[in-house]
Amino acid sequence: MKEGRIHSIETCGTVDGPGLRYVIFTQGCLLRCKFCHNPDTWKMGAGKKMSVQELVKDIKDYLPFFQATNGGVTVSGGEPLLQVEFLLELFTELKKLGVHTTIDTSAGCFNRSPHFIEHLDKVLELTDLVLLDLKHINSAEHKELTGLSNEHILDMANYLDQKNVPVWIRHVLVPGGSDNDAYLQQLSDFISTLNNVEKIEVLPYHKLGVYKWENLGLDYPLEGVEPPAEDRVRNAEDILNRVKTI
Amino acid sequence: MKVADEMVKKVPWDGFLDGNWQKEIDVRDFISQNYNLYEGNESFLAGPTQSTKDLWDQVMQLTKEERENGGVYDLDTKIVSTITSHDAGYLNKPLEKIVGVQTDAPFKRALMPFGGIRMAVAAAESYGYKVDDEVVHTFTEHRKTHNQGVFDAYTPEILKARKAGIITGLPDAYGRGRIIGDYRRVALYGVDRLIEEKKKDLSLIGNGTMTEDIIRDREETSEQIRSLQDLKKLGEKYDFDISNPAATAQEAFQWLYLAYLAAIKEQNGAAMSLGRVSTFLDIYIERDIKNGVMTEEEAQELVDHFVMKLRLVKFARTPDYNELFSGDPTWVTESLAGIAEDGRPLVTKSSYRFLHTLDNLGPAPEPNLTVLWSKKLPENYKKYCAKMSIQTSSIQYENDDIMRPIYGDDYGIACCVSAMRIGKQMQFFGARANLAKALLYAINGGVDENLKMQVAPNYAPITSEYLDYDEVMDKYDTLLDWLSGLYVNALNVIHYMHDKYSYERLEMALHDREVLRTMACGVAGLSVIADSLSAIKYAKVKTIRDEDGLVVDYEIEGDYPKYGNNDERVDEIAVNLVKNFMNKIKKHHMYRNAVPTQSILTITSNVVYGKKTGNTPDGRKAGEPFAPGANPLHGRDKNGSLASLSSVAKLPYKYAMDGISNTFSIVPKALGKDEDTRKTNLAGILDGYAAKQGHHLNINVFDRETLLDAMDHPEEYPQLTIRVSGYAVNFIKLTREQQIDVINRTFHESL
Repeated sequence: MKEGRIHSIETCGTVDGPGLRYVIFTQGCLLRCKFCHNPDTWKMGAGKKMSVQELVKDIKDYLPFFQATNGGVTVSGGEPLLQVEFLLELFTELKKLGVHTTIDTSAGCFNRSPHFIEHLDKVLELTDLVLLDLKHINSAEHKELTGLSNEHILDMANYLDQKNVPVWIRHVLVPGGSDNDAYLQQLSDFISTLNNVEKIEVLPYHKLGVYKWENLGLDYPLEGVEPPAEDRVRNAEDILNRVKTI
Repeated sequence: MKVADEMVKKVPWDGFLDGNWQKEIDVRDFISQNYNLYEGNESFLAGPTQSTKDLWDQVMQLTKEERENGGVYDLDTKIVSTITSHDAGYLNKPLEKIVGVQTDAPFKRALMPFGGIRMAVAAAESYGYKVDDEVVHTFTEHRKTHNQGVFDAYTPEILKARKAGIITGLPDAYGRGRIIGDYRRVALYGVDRLIEEKKKDLSLIGNGTMTEDIIRDREETSEQIRSLQDLKKLGEKYDFDISNPAATAQEAFQWLYLAYLAAIKEQNGAAMSLGRVSTFLDIYIERDIKNGVMTEEEAQELVDHFVMKLRLVKFARTPDYNELFSGDPTWVTESLAGIAEDGRPLVTKSSYRFLHTLDNLGPAPEPNLTVLWSKKLPENYKKYCAKMSIQTSSIQYENDDIMRPIYGDDYGIACCVSAMRIGKQMQFFGARANLAKALLYAINGGVDENLKMQVAPNYAPITSEYLDYDEVMDKYDTLLDWLSGLYVNALNVIHYMHDKYSYERLEMALHDREVLRTMACGVAGLSVIADSLSAIKYAKVKTIRDEDGLVVDYEIEGDYPKYGNNDERVDEIAVNLVKNFMNKIKKHHMYRNAVPTQSILTITSNVVYGKKTGNTPDGRKAGEPFAPGANPLHGRDKNGSLASLSSVAKLPYKYAMDGISNTFSIVPKALGKDEDTRKTNLAGILDGYAAKQGHHLNINVFDRETLLDAMDHPEEYPQLTIRVSGYAVNFIKLTREQQIDVINRTFHESL
């Protein structure tokens, strides 16, 4: 049985996919988003080792909650796709139980290498929903905000479209970072080229994770940035949803 | 008698379907034959009428004055309260659709010395009142009370255990309560028929040989008949002739309320619960609506005014009592919904109307609205309950799917979590034993860690530096053998004396002749013990001793699994403890052949129990509160709320049939992003918990900041209601200590 590197478990997730969700936060991420509220999940090779068997045994206990709300399991992070083989084995077992599966990814590690694609394809066959973070449409700005450019991320969006995997696009709205009407419009235009988008969510930047940066001894790069005002959130929602989603 | 004349013209049972209920006292059959299932949504509900608003404004004004007056508005110091002791009293007679208050004025608390004259005096004194000398003299010199009887019979060993707080909160100094009269009978049958039936009962008791049991039954039944005669007189004081069945919805509400009022005029039991009246009363409302004599607005007004009266129930309590059960609770518990034995949901429009009072009158702790939850409830009703919980935090939920097979479909909840068949079953309330303290006694050879006094027998203490799991368990087992025996003995004394000196004649008059009695034991400190034993088993626990060798503190080396994370290793310890203690209780003789049960419920007393308990091996410091009821200890559940719920759901109801209380507090955002998702998710949490055999769930939905603000600005939150282990309280009426305890408890708020 494969082991995953797990940061933590939240048994009552309500915002990462439909219904009540068992959320597995994996350890390790390639991005270094300035607004990240889980910087403690960045470091590779850390976290608790948990076997698929162990997780599935625990998840079984929550089936009544999933059934009552059409919920299921979401693998978030960190970046779950960094542990694609683990993911494959986990979802294989979950599908035997009929559990709805979701991956919450920023696509930071997407690439077209045959090895990665081979595993990814198998995982996607067992995935009911992908929550895909598009953090910025402009590559230079994306790099400024997250540490990496965005070409491979947009490439993954296209790849999921091509595979016809249902996707919820998520966009963290950071004042001064990603809250810009022109860029939002460009992002909206990009999304409109995709045919697999079921929902577009604007996630207002918040400061609930700042204490984690402090605990890790890191300087918080968005010091002084406040959460966006409600009207800005509505504005972003309006722009992004201007496209007709399927 | 204008009302009586009208009633003669009306035929009270006209329009109802026939059934066994006409032949004998069988309210369940009446409901089953006649209720109107409603599966639609809440859109039919009506807002408050002007009269309702005016009356409620008056109540809020009196509430404010009561608060400003130090917690009591007025208190009777002269007239000993009985069913007929006071003249009629009103809020605003022309506006009130339902009338009747406990004394001769609203907010005036009654003088009730039968439980104990010293408590009545102490309660009055604590609010600056002095009980009339003659009353004190009579109840000291001429009329013995329950409290005095109990202390006459207690052994020195029981007194020591009580002082040390290993058994606490016993109803030896206050009314035991937790008896639900079937108040519906008065509306359905009228008092004359009930008297007639009780007279038949009297003739059926005994075969001529006068054993003590027969003598007592005959005396009690005669008292019951007398109380019913008094109930009629109470009706007359308010200009009603309640000899006959109620003929209209308004009469049904009024007859039923007068019966309940008679009960609370004579008994100040800790919990004076109402039963399961909404679906019963709905039959009368629907008949009146069908006959074109009532509108929805009038129906809601009736419910609002009735509920308003239930919110006015007040007793004079001592400071000791308030420390245990904070916030002036009365547990006027009303059980809503549930499923009938034939599979039909017992949901009517009035199941909505009662919850809707939380909108029309605003949130409130009383009546203690309890939804008997089943996966089979109509989806619309589930969503409405979830909506009202999110909006008001004033509802508790109990699992009908695990109770119905045991109690049938006409049971109600007394107090917080105690199920009983209405009119067929009662309980001897037994508070609880402090099993966390018992663990410390096991380690210290029966010596109390705070009083440094031998309380339990002089068992051999543990002398090793590090605690060994098997040795601790062995000693704990012996200690629990002793404790269970002592505890049951104390309860037997209490209930013998309560029956003798403060018998609930009116409530028992509204029961069948043959009643099932349970001896409702209880435990406190479950999560503390589970975690302590887990620490001893899975980590290393070093003892720290004082100069006399008594263990006074513990050092934990390493980590250990904690209750509340759905971790079998520790959850199993909790499960086994529940089973083990129940099995030990069962070994003992019970007064009046009661069936022993136990609850895992603390109400707000978790604070007091914690205060009286020293450092524990789980790392909890001396004096810190326990978790309430069956909850995991504050902040130790780390895997989110479903893991926490799953741990508690493992506790076997079969071994804790007096109820397993769990309080669940969540911030609105953690239930989902929008209102509809929040409703669905909350209903889903309840469905999932029910499917996992969880018993009880208190639901609070609000932000911690709201509570912090309310602590500093109580005047701005007169109706802020929160659910605490088994009941709801007005947050600003809690002691500051308890407010802090509530705020420190786990709020599920991860996003």
